[in-house]
Amino acid sequence: MSPLTIDWHYVWFDLIPALSGVVHRTILATLIGFVGAIVIGLLLAIARRAKSRWLSVPAMCYIEFIRTTPILVQIYFLFFVLPRWGVLLDPWTTGLLAFAFHYATYTSEVFRAGLDSIPKGQFEAATSLNMKPWHVYRDIVVPQAIPPVIPALGNYFIGMFKETPLLSTITIMELMATAKDFGQQTFRYFEPITLVGIFFIVLSLIAAALIQVVEGRLGRWGR
Amino acid sequence: MPAPFDLLPWFYDPFVITVKIAIFSILFSLLMAFAAGLLRLAPSRTVRWCTRVYVEIFRGSSLLVQLFWLYFVLPYAGVRLDPLSTAVLALALNGGAYGSEIVRGAVLAVPKGQREAATALNLPPLWTYVSVIIPQAVRIMIPPFGNLAVEVLKGTALVSLITITDLVKKALQLDTTTFRTFEIFALLLLIYFVLGQVIIAVTHGVEKVANRGVDRGSVA
Repeated sequence: MSPLTIDWHYVWFDLIPALSGVVHRTILATLIGFVGAIVIGLLLAIARRAKSRWLSVPAMCYIEFIRTTPILVQIYFLFFVLPRWGVLLDPWTTGLLAFAFHYATYTSEVFRAGLDSIPKGQFEAATSLNMKPWHVYRDIVVPQAIPPVIPALGNYFIGMFKETPLLSTITIMELMATAKDFGQQTFRYFEPITLVGIFFIVLSLIAAALIQVVEGRLGRWGR
Repeated sequence: MPAPFDLLPWFYDPFVITVKIAIFSILFSLLMAFAAGLLRLAPSRTVRWCTRVYVEIFRGSSLLVQLFWLYFVLPYAGVRLDPLSTAVLALALNGGAYGSEIVRGAVLAVPKGQREAATALNLPPLWTYVSVIIPQAVRIMIPPFGNLAVEVLKGTALVSLITITDLVKKALQLDTTTFRTFEIFALLLLIYFVLGQVIIAVTHGVEKVANRGVDRGSVA
């Protein structure tokens, strides 16, 4: 068979069932990782805006350092170094931690922009009503700061989704690893890797559409 | 040399490889970004549409998928590239797709009056672009291109997955021979951080040069 003809039997009966069988892992990794990135990112953003230097400077250093170093190296760092320190985590936990802590630096910048856009009077009014800082953030500031930054968060959500194939480097059998496995067994890489690419493009288009829906909903709720 | 830094000599050759890949990828990314960004504004609908397909494909799927695709699939099509060229090609096509949006946005951000004034002075359209629009747009592009360059640098870490002995690959090898895992990976992160800071510094420098003599009052 000439190399670039497509073996449709291989595509329909081997690849598509196998890839569809693991696609939920990619999606799940993105969702869990992103929830982590949002929580940590929000805390980082608040820490960075804190009056105390003991909070804001470490937060800033962390953000700058993690943002300018490759996530693959960070994944390897956690995967290889943590066991040496006696912290034994399975690859999934390691990978998701790496994603959450890496993308938290991006989301924190987004949140910071959102928090900065809240007028100072809101803080002052809440404080004068004798609210504790935690309540000021939880009840007054964060609900106003989040809806406008949803589109920016959405971009990072999709960005993170597209980086999940890196999980294959620490033995997680997601889409990319499954496709490579097929390539190694059959010596035909063309179909599996092309299919993975198509899976990603289709899923990111779907995700982009979903984000627009969320944006519409939250936009109304925020007002 | 003190503890972690005695490992540095081991990283010399792979450092050169990573830097080479990064420089070539960043330069070709800029080239692709300009080509694709300007073609997306072309008068012909077919040209615009084809460029859009390129941009969406490379922004919609991930860098690792593209790298593997070029690495495993091109040989089937009879195109034999060494891993280094494959890496630069993948990084440049990926970076170019992202960069094209920067170019497009910057060109559209040049005030409409500039175009109208050029038309009023009877400048031909091509000349309007070359001497009026693009010089102003480039100034807007510099900061986002700096960020893109850092992204491309971070992307170079993936080339270790297509058998290139770059910094990451070397770190993995050193780890299996020396077992100094923490030092090795901490040093690796530090090297990337320093490289990133160099790119940021260069961007600031270029920005300064480009903004020389600009009347900020009326442009901003």
